Amino acid sequence: MPETDVNVSAARSDSPDAAPQSRAAVAIKAVRKVFGLPPAQVTALSSVSFDIADNEFFTLLGPSGCGKTTLLRLIAGFEQPTDGEILLFGEHLEGLPPNKRPVNTVFQQYALFPHMSIRDNIGFGLKMLGVDKSEIAQRTKRMLELIQMESFGDRRPSQLSGGQQQRVALARALAPSPKVLLLDEPLSALDLKLRQAMRVELKQLQQETGITFVFVTHDQEEALTMSDRIAVMSAGELQQVGSAKDIYEAPRNRFVADFIGETNFLDVTVEEVSGSQALCRFGPARLTCSTAGPTTAGSAGHVSIRPERLSLTRPSNDDDLVGTLERLIYLGTDTQHLVRLDDGTEITVRAQNAHDSSLDIAVGEKAALKIDTGAARLLVD
Amino acid sequence: MAGGPAAGGGASSSTFAGIRHWLLLPSWLVIGFFLLLPVLLMLVYSFLTKDFRGGVIWEFSLAAYDQFIFDRGLFGDEPPTIEWIYIQIFWRSIWQALLATILCLVIGFPTAYFIATRPQNTRMLWLFLITVPYWVNLLIRTVSMKFLIRDNGPLNEWFLAAGLLDSPIRMINTDFAVQLGLFYSYLPFMVLPIYASVERYNFALSEAAADLYADRWTALRLVVIPAVSPGIIAGCILVFVPSLGAFLAPDLLGGAKNFMIGSLIEEQFKGNAGNWPFGAAASMILLTMVLIVLMIYARQQARGEREGR
Amino acid sequence: MAAKAHDIRRYPAFLWITLLCLFVLYGPLIIVMIYSFNDSVSITRWGGFSLRWYEDVFFGPEAAKFKAAAWNSLSIAVMAATSATMIATCAAIAMIRGGSFRGKSMTFALISLPLMVPEIVTAVATLIFFSAISFTRGYFSIVMAHIVFCIPFAYLPISARLQGIEATYEQAAQDLYASRSQAFWQVLMPLMMPGIISGFLLAFIISLDDFIITNFVKGAGIETLPTAIFGSVKQGIKPNIMALSTLMLMVSIFFVTVSYFAGKSGAKTER
Repeated sequence: MPETDVNVSAARSDSPDAAPQSRAAVAIKAVRKVFGLPPAQVTALSSVSFDIADNEFFTLLGPSGCGKTTLLRLIAGFEQPTDGEILLFGEHLEGLPPNKRPVNTVFQQYALFPHMSIRDNIGFGLKMLGVDKSEIAQRTKRMLELIQMESFGDRRPSQLSGGQQQRVALARALAPSPKVLLLDEPLSALDLKLRQAMRVELKQLQQETGITFVFVTHDQEEALTMSDRIAVMSAGELQQVGSAKDIYEAPRNRFVADFIGETNFLDVTVEEVSGSQALCRFGPARLTCSTAGPTTAGSAGHVSIRPERLSLTRPSNDDDLVGTLERLIYLGTDTQHLVRLDDGTEITVRAQNAHDSSLDIAVGEKAALKIDTGAARLLVD
Repeated sequence: MAGGPAAGGGASSSTFAGIRHWLLLPSWLVIGFFLLLPVLLMLVYSFLTKDFRGGVIWEFSLAAYDQFIFDRGLFGDEPPTIEWIYIQIFWRSIWQALLATILCLVIGFPTAYFIATRPQNTRMLWLFLITVPYWVNLLIRTVSMKFLIRDNGPLNEWFLAAGLLDSPIRMINTDFAVQLGLFYSYLPFMVLPIYASVERYNFALSEAAADLYADRWTALRLVVIPAVSPGIIAGCILVFVPSLGAFLAPDLLGGAKNFMIGSLIEEQFKGNAGNWPFGAAASMILLTMVLIVLMIYARQQARGEREGR
Repeated sequence: MAAKAHDIRRYPAFLWITLLCLFVLYGPLIIVMIYSFNDSVSITRWGGFSLRWYEDVFFGPEAAKFKAAAWNSLSIAVMAATSATMIATCAAIAMIRGGSFRGKSMTFALISLPLMVPEIVTAVATLIFFSAISFTRGYFSIVMAHIVFCIPFAYLPISARLQGIEATYEQAAQDLYASRSQAFWQVLMPLMMPGIISGFLLAFIISLDDFIITNFVKGAGIETLPTAIFGSVKQGIKPNIMALSTLMLMVSIFFVTVSYFAGKSGAKTER
């Protein structure tokens, strides 16, 4: 893809970073959003705060109804926060309508104007900004090149495939060189193959343009593959912000551990705490866990262990984590072992089929669970 | 699908909330001033005293309503006896409107069903053919019907020429002619809502009925008709209500013996009777009947929606 | 064929009922059309093909009356349909894009009121109203009455269309730096256009069609085509009326056909 320059500064953003106190592209400060009037109120967001850095691919991830789209619409200006404030490169956005914010959105169903050509769709934002005609023509041409659809300028949106419409929606939102691009589940309307291809393209586009992307999705795979950082949300609250690796390997709480990937939970008692390590007891077994937050000896807690960080051996010590192997499920690349612990907890163990791992434990026999170092995580609840 | 309450909530489609009152003002003013106010004024007029050359004298009187039920002689001083003629006119109107509704249903349902089960490409054409006559001026349609069924009109001539009849049969100025006129006027009102319901109907239900040993007529009776009943009811209301107050069909096709409410009202203002309070009262009674029918319908609709139909 | 006979959806009798239906609907119109070309003065005896009654409509003794009536009908329909369409467009935008507000269902009831009140009752009420305020009935009173009953007919297709346009289009426009009025004129208005056109056409035809209300609120000496025809028919159906009816019939059918095919091609470009 050709390089794009994005030096035409976007709408009403002439004051160059006047606020040194915040270098964040977007700062969300104690934002709360309540819909409806007192008897039938719905809290969509309850006091959410975080920063999105400049030039970052940032993802808001969560199940539907978690408030992620509401947050996006607050940044875009389609809704106003009930409490709190949103800053864009240090500037307050309060009271600014969507057309006065240097932020553009790629809508879920694209919302391409059906009565305009592709070229007019892409040029719409620039036209509204009062950019002169030759400049619009030039930039539109460049955007069409960027999305590799040079020959489609005169078509109507209805004549394009879903993937092409998606690219046009991107080009339209990028054409005015927004300071932040908001993407509301833009891939959800595409089929699987196209979706996977678009992930790569989107990431590439973000790196080439250097624009901050704020991406909303409920698809964890999408989030993990593209994002620099992810904010996991649930029930109107922020659960955790971090890189894909952080979120997967060091989940903060039960929701995050459960929502991202597969995991096993053990109900444990904390015995000793030292720094970010804790020694926990589960029946006769002792586990060394990393802690997600402050904890005290003697309290009860949950430990999360990913299935691929567990392996099975024959029981040898008294303080081994022991259970009965109940079932083997062959999954192609790996095999899933279901182990029932003595207290009834069911544990999933995943072993790759690559190396010859012919397990000598038969179904119905006792097995000990071996945990990789650092794989057990004591969660905050 | 995804997102918070904002995605589906009212907040997302309120781009013009700030100026909605300005946008609504013209409709409020025009309809309020030129229809709602006139209807209220009509109610007032129905309680006034008649002036002999049309118009009213501003004196409270129940005479207009009294006249519907009692005959007090030419000068109003005789002992009251029950006056049947107006009750009969109302009764005939209701009866005619009901018959017209049933006729439209019997012909309209199969038609709507037939059209809705056509392949996609010919369906719109059938629907178009059924609705075209509706767009032709109602007066012209009624006049055409009058021309066709006159005593020495084409229909009688052909029957005579074909030897099917010895002498012309009388069709014009009969109840039958009024029925035919009302049917002709309002048939599309029956077909369109039923068509809409049948089109949405899931034919797997008919197949399930057939699978469970129902023959097609049983399936129609027990499965299809209950499923499309909202459309049938809507169609019946849409035919019954205008039929009740119809003027052209009874006036042009029915003649003096088949007087309906519409003609009775017209007589009071345009014709010789010139009794405005009485005409206003008759209009009020007609309006009340129509509103009762519509209210029953609205209530039933609301219940249907609650039950998630 | 055998397979078709077992199709549970099919009721062969329904085809015949549909054809009967079409026969009854079109029969009288076609007969009148044919007889309008009858050369004979007796309206039922066929005397050969002739255009003499059409000539009579345009140049006969009643030609001036018909021309004036046609002009009144058309100008009233254009004015009423235009005003009703504008009023209904504003109302539809407020009702569908104005969020929820107190009195919304009352407003909807008010807009549909002209549909619920029987025509003859509207006619009586309007007559009483103009008489009570001592307004001389004539051209203006007809136009006002027509605007009122045309509003819901214009409103229905416009609001249906607007409901089908997702709010994200305006939002996308605003997101791309369009002000609210720019978003309206450049995005919402073009998308609403098919609804506005069919609303206008519907209102136009309904206005042309009206007899009862016009008959009540027109003053002496002013006629529209329906009231002129009605007055003439009261004395018996004359051949020139059949010619005039045929002309009006053709105009209606032309309009409907045009809007049908316009709608069809419009639907095609949509998606």
